[in-house]
Amino acid sequence: MPEIKVTPLGAGQDVGRSCILVSIGGKNIMLDCGMHMGYNDDRRFPDFSYITQNGRLTEFLDCVIISHFHLDHCGALPYMSEMVGYDGPIYMTHPTKAICPILLEDFRKITVDKKGETNFFTSQMIKDCMKKVIPLNLHQTVQVDDELEIKAYYAGHVLGAAMVHIKVGSESVVYTGDYNMTPDRHLGAAWIDKCRPDILISESTYATTIRDSKRCRERDFLKKVHESIERGGKVLIPVFALGRAQELCILLETFWERMNLKAPIYFSTGLTEKANHYYKLFITWTNQKIRKTFVQRNMFEFKHIKAFDRSYADNPGPMVVFATPGMLHAGQSLQIFKKWAGNEKNMVIMPGYCVQGTIGHKILNGQRKLEMEGRATVRKLSFTFTLTFFLLCNLDVKLQVEYMSFSAHADAKGIMQLIRMAEPRNMLLVHGEAVKMEFLKGKIEQEFSINCYMPANGETTTVTTNPSVPVDISLNLLKREMALGGPLPDPKKPRTMHGTLIMKENSLKLVSSEQALKELGLNEHQLRFTCRVQLQDPHSDPDTLHRIYTHLKSVLKGYTIQHLPDGTVMVESIVIKVSSSAEDPNTKVLLLSWSYQVTFLRC
Amino acid sequence: MKLYCLSGHPTLPCNVLKFKSTTIMLDCGLDTTSVLNFLPLPLVHSPRLSKLPGWVSKDGTINLEKELKECAGRVFVDSQPEFCLPERELLDLSTIDVILISNYHCMMALPYITEHTGFTGTVYATEPTLQIGRLLMEELVNFMERVPKAQSATCWKNKEIQRMLPGPLKDAVEVWTWKRCYSMQEVNSALSKVQLVGYSQKVELFGAVQISPLSSGYSLGSSNWIIQSHHEKVSYVSGSSLLTTHPQPMDQSSLKNSDVLILTGLTQMPTANPDGMLGEFCSNLAMTIRAGGNVLVPCYSSGVIYDLLECLYQFIESANLGTTPFYFISPVANSSLEFSQIFAEWLCHNKQTKVYLPEPPFPHAELIQTNKLKHYPSIHGDFSSEFRQPCVVFTGHPSLRFGDVVHFMELWGKSSLNTIIFTEPDFSYLDALAPYQPLAMKCVYCPIDTRLNFHQVSKLLKEVQPLHVVCPEQYTQPPLSQSHRSDLMLELQPPPMPYRRCSVLNLPFRRRYERVYILPELANSLVPSEIKPGTSVATVSAVLHSKDNKHTLQSVPKPPPAPPTKKRKRVIEEPPVVLAPKPLLSGAVPLEAFLATLQKHGISEVKVEETADGHILHLQAEDTLIQLEEDGTHIVCDNNEPLRTTLRDLVLRFLQKL
Repeated sequence: MPEIKVTPLGAGQDVGRSCILVSIGGKNIMLDCGMHMGYNDDRRFPDFSYITQNGRLTEFLDCVIISHFHLDHCGALPYMSEMVGYDGPIYMTHPTKAICPILLEDFRKITVDKKGETNFFTSQMIKDCMKKVIPLNLHQTVQVDDELEIKAYYAGHVLGAAMVHIKVGSESVVYTGDYNMTPDRHLGAAWIDKCRPDILISESTYATTIRDSKRCRERDFLKKVHESIERGGKVLIPVFALGRAQELCILLETFWERMNLKAPIYFSTGLTEKANHYYKLFITWTNQKIRKTFVQRNMFEFKHIKAFDRSYADNPGPMVVFATPGMLHAGQSLQIFKKWAGNEKNMVIMPGYCVQGTIGHKILNGQRKLEMEGRATVRKLSFTFTLTFFLLCNLDVKLQVEYMSFSAHADAKGIMQLIRMAEPRNMLLVHGEAVKMEFLKGKIEQEFSINCYMPANGETTTVTTNPSVPVDISLNLLKREMALGGPLPDPKKPRTMHGTLIMKENSLKLVSSEQALKELGLNEHQLRFTCRVQLQDPHSDPDTLHRIYTHLKSVLKGYTIQHLPDGTVMVESIVIKVSSSAEDPNTKVLLLSWSYQVTFLRC
Repeated sequence: MKLYCLSGHPTLPCNVLKFKSTTIMLDCGLDTTSVLNFLPLPLVHSPRLSKLPGWVSKDGTINLEKELKECAGRVFVDSQPEFCLPERELLDLSTIDVILISNYHCMMALPYITEHTGFTGTVYATEPTLQIGRLLMEELVNFMERVPKAQSATCWKNKEIQRMLPGPLKDAVEVWTWKRCYSMQEVNSALSKVQLVGYSQKVELFGAVQISPLSSGYSLGSSNWIIQSHHEKVSYVSGSSLLTTHPQPMDQSSLKNSDVLILTGLTQMPTANPDGMLGEFCSNLAMTIRAGGNVLVPCYSSGVIYDLLECLYQFIESANLGTTPFYFISPVANSSLEFSQIFAEWLCHNKQTKVYLPEPPFPHAELIQTNKLKHYPSIHGDFSSEFRQPCVVFTGHPSLRFGDVVHFMELWGKSSLNTIIFTEPDFSYLDALAPYQPLAMKCVYCPIDTRLNFHQVSKLLKEVQPLHVVCPEQYTQPPLSQSHRSDLMLELQPPPMPYRRCSVLNLPFRRRYERVYILPELANSLVPSEIKPGTSVATVSAVLHSKDNKHTLQSVPKPPPAPPTKKRKRVIEEPPVVLAPKPLLSGAVPLEAFLATLQKHGISEVKVEETADGHILHLQAEDTLIQLEEDGTHIVCDNNEPLRTTLRDLVLRFLQKL
C-alpha cells in the first residue's frame, strides 16, 4: 500500500521555525524552513540532522517550498541551503521572493552586528540562496519533475502568502502555511478548490479561538487608540514591517482623516517606504477593493503617517508609533517599550501572536515585573581574560497592555471552513499549541469523521493511501459498454464488463480479449469439446434433427436457436449434429460440440 | 473533431473547436478594418469634412449624397463606423461552452458573442488580458460615444446599390452583418463572464478535456492554449513572439507532441524587422522635432507603446530631446500606464528583477515623474492649456477614423513640418490617410509587429513536431504583392490544412483510447500473468461507472445469496445470469509434456497418431480422443463429465488465458 509520511522538524505542536518534511510517492519535500523567535541557541533552527547526519541535503530533497516571508517560515533558509547544503529548487511566490531576502538581511544584521554572534549566514549566502529560488504564480501548475507537481493558492495571510497543493500521481497533500479566511483591509481571503487531498496540513495558531467580527475588533482598536491619545498618552504598536502594519496603517489613516486628528503617527525603520512600494507593485495580491481603485488612489500612500526618529520617543504629548519587531523581543519596539513602560497613561497594543520566551508573550500573560538584560559592560581583567557582565535590571510595567488579534490567521471557524472547501481524507495540524490542537482535533474528527493527526517535532505520521489505478481503455470497448448500458448504470442490475488488461513497460491498456490477442501478436487456441449421445428414434436423420430443433425451441426460450441448412442445429454457439449408427438405423448418435468459452447454464 | 472558422482575418481569429463533446471558441477577434470605409469622426466641427461632396453615380441614377461622401477620388460612408463581426450563422453560438482568449487584441468582439447569442458559458483569460482588454474596449466605446452621430447609413448596403459603388466599398464583404460599437454596459456584462487563469494552470472542462494557457511572449498576459484529454492534444497558437520585449518569454516546449496545432496570428509585416523599424521611428521623430515640427504617433493604448516609451527613454538624452514634451492622450492613458507596472508575474526576467528592488518595471514611470511624459484623458480640459509645440503625441485610434488622433490630423495635416509615424501594423497607412488627402504632412511607415515571422514559425514547428497544422489560407501562399517570395508562406510536410471564413474542417483525429480508473479493491484482485518478457496480462471483469465524463471500474458486487426455493426455477423465467465469460486462449499444447501430465494423472494407455496438422491421442481405456493441433485442441469424450473436466484443466495448464 502506498504511504504518505509527514514529519515536522519544527512547528510540531509548537509555533515557530516551521519546517515540515513530506514523503509522497517516492518524493521528499520540505515545506517551509523557518526559525524560532523564542530561542537564541541551536533550537533556533530546525534540526536538519534528522534528514541526514553527514553531508548535503540535495540528494534527500526533491524541492523546498516556502509559504510566505515571515521569518518563522523562511528564517533558516540560507542556513539550510548554504551552510548545511542544498542545491535543489526552492519555490516561493514573487512577492515572497522579493521581500524574503530583505527580512533575512535584517535578521542577520540584528543577530550578527548587534548581538555579535558568529557562525551565522552572511549577506552573500542570502544572495546565493535566493538564486536557487524559482518563482511560483498562483494557480500555475509547476512540474518539479515528471511526477511531482505543485500548485499555489492564495492564502491571504500576508502579501504573497500561499497555500500549496503537492501531487504525485493520484496522491496529494495540501500545506496551508499561515492563512486567513476573512478578507481584511488590504488582503483577500484564502481560497482553495475541492482538490480532495489525502492530507491537509493546516496551521492552528488560533485553534480554539472564534474571533468576533473584524469590524468590532477594528472599532475596539480605534477606540483604545483614541482614548489614549485624548488623555495625552503615547501608544506603541509593535508590528512586523510588512503585513499587519499596512492594514493597521490604512485603518488609522482613514480614522485620522475622518476624525480630523492631529496627534502624529510614526512608523519606525526605513523599511516602511520600501514596504509600501512592494504593496504598490504587487497590488494584484491585495484585495478586490484596493485593486479596483489603485489607479485613482493608491491606498499605500499615507498622508498622516510619517517616518520615526529615535529622538521622537522623548517628545512630549501624545503620539502613535508603529515599531518593529512585533513580539518585543529586540530592536526599536523593545527600546521604546522600555522608555514608555513606566507611565500608566501610555499603552502598548499587541496586534499579533507572541511566541513563548518573548517580552510580548510575558506581558500578555500579565507579567508586570520584567527582568531585562541591560547594557553589557565589558571589563578587562588582564591581557587574557575579559569578563562580560550583564546588568539585570527590573522593569515595572505600568502602561496599559492591550491585545488585539489582528494577526491574520484562520480561527477555528476558518479552519473548519477550509476543510469543507478542500475535503481532505486526513487532517494534520501544525503551527499551534498542543492543548489547543487537541481540542480542535476532537472537533474535526467529530464533525468530518476523518482522522486528525498532530505530530510533535521529529515524530512521523504515516497515512496509507489507496489510489485508483489509471488505465487506458480502448474506446471501442468503452463505447460498446456505454451503448449497452447507457450513461447511467442501473444500480439494481450491475452489468459486468470484460476485458484484458495488458501491462507493458509503464503502460496499462484495457482492451477486449480479441483485441488483446491481436495486439500481442498471438494466435487464438481453440479448445473444443465433443460429446456423443445415443438415443433411439425411428425417424430419418433430418427428421430427428428437426424434432430436436422444435423441442429445444419450446424449452429454451430466450436463446438463439438456429436450424442451419448444412444439417446442424445451433443453440447459441453449441453445434448439434445427428447421424445414425451403421448397424442400427434407429439408434441415432447426437454429436454435441462446443468451445471452451461457452458458459453452461444450469437448467 | 471539427473546427468552425468564423473569421477570415488571420491575426484577429475566431474559431470554434468541437472536441469530445465540448464546444470551445478560440479567440473572439473583431475585424476593425471595416471602419476604413467610413469618414473620420472629428472631435470638433471640421469644415473640411462637412463640405465634402456627396456621391452620385455617373449616370445619375443612384443618388446617395446623404450617405456617401467623396474625398480625393475615394468614397466614404458618412455614418457611425461599423465593425465586421465573426460569422454568426455557421453554428448555433448559444451552444458554446467556453471561450478562450489569447491576448487583449483578440477579444474585442466578445460583447457581440456573449450578449446577443444566448451564450451561457465561461470566458477564460489571464488577468492582464482581462484588465487591458477592458481598457481597450472602454476606450473604443468612449471614442464612439463622445461624438454621437445620429445618422446610420444603410441604403448603400443594398446589394444592387453596393454593386454599382466604386471600390473598395464595392468589394466590402458581409456588409449587412456589420455592427456599430457596443455600449459600456455590454462590455461590463461580457467581462463579468471572464474567469481568470494563470500560465500553466490546468482547468478541467466537464471532466472531458483539460485546457491550459501558456505564455506566448507577445503582450502582457498573452497566451497560447493547450486543449487536451489523456490521449489527444490540440495546441492553439495565436499572436506569439520570440523577440525580447517586455512580456514573459514564449513557452515553446509545452507545445510538443500535439496531434493538431492551430496556427494563427503571425506577423502582418513579414518583411519589416521590428528592430530596424524602431530605429527608423526614433530617427524620424528626432529629425522632425529638430526642424520644429510635431510628431503624431497613432497607436493603441497598450502594447507596443510601452516599448516605444522605453526606447525613447534611452533615446531622449542622447538625441538632445530632453525638453520636448511627450503627450499620451487617451481616456485610458493613465490606467494603461499604471496597470503596466503591476503585472510583475507576467513580465520578462529583467523587469521582474526590477520589481524585487522594488522599482517600477517600466521606465515610463520615471518619464512621468520627471514631467517628460504627460498623459491626458482627451484634448479637452487640461491638455488644451498645457500643450506646447513642437511635441510628440501618442494617441488613438490607429485607423485614424475616431479618437483624438482625428483632431491632430486636421490640426497638423496642412504643414509639411509635421510628421505622422505609423507604428501599428493593423491598418494600411494609405487607406488610413485617404479621407485626409490632400495632405502636406510627412508620412513615415514603421510598422512594428513582433509576432512570429515565417522563418521563426518553421523553426518552431520543426521543434515541436505537430502531426497536423491548421492555419488561415493566407499563410499557405505568398502575399499577393510579393507573389515570388516563396519564403513568405508555410511549407510543411504534410501540407497545412488551410481555412477561410465559414470553413468547417474535419480534423484528422482518431481517438482510440480513453482514461478509466480501476478502484483499488478491483486492482488488488487482478491476477497478472506474464505472456512474454516484460508484458503481462490480466483478465478484468468489472462494473463500469461513468459520471461527469470520468470512468471508473469497480469489482462486480457479489450477488445476494439466492433465497432457498423448493421449486426448481425454470431458466427461461430468469434474466441471463451474470457469469464471468471464459477467457480466450492462446499458445499450443506440447505433445510430450502433455503425455507426461496425462501419465501423472493415471492415464497411461495413450495411442498417438500423427496427422497433417498435429496429433490425435487415443485414450483407449477411457474411449476418448484428443486432437492436438497448433491452434486448437479438440476433446471428443462421451458422457463422462469428470473426465472431461480433468482433461480440460490439464490442457488449460499449457495455455495462456486472455
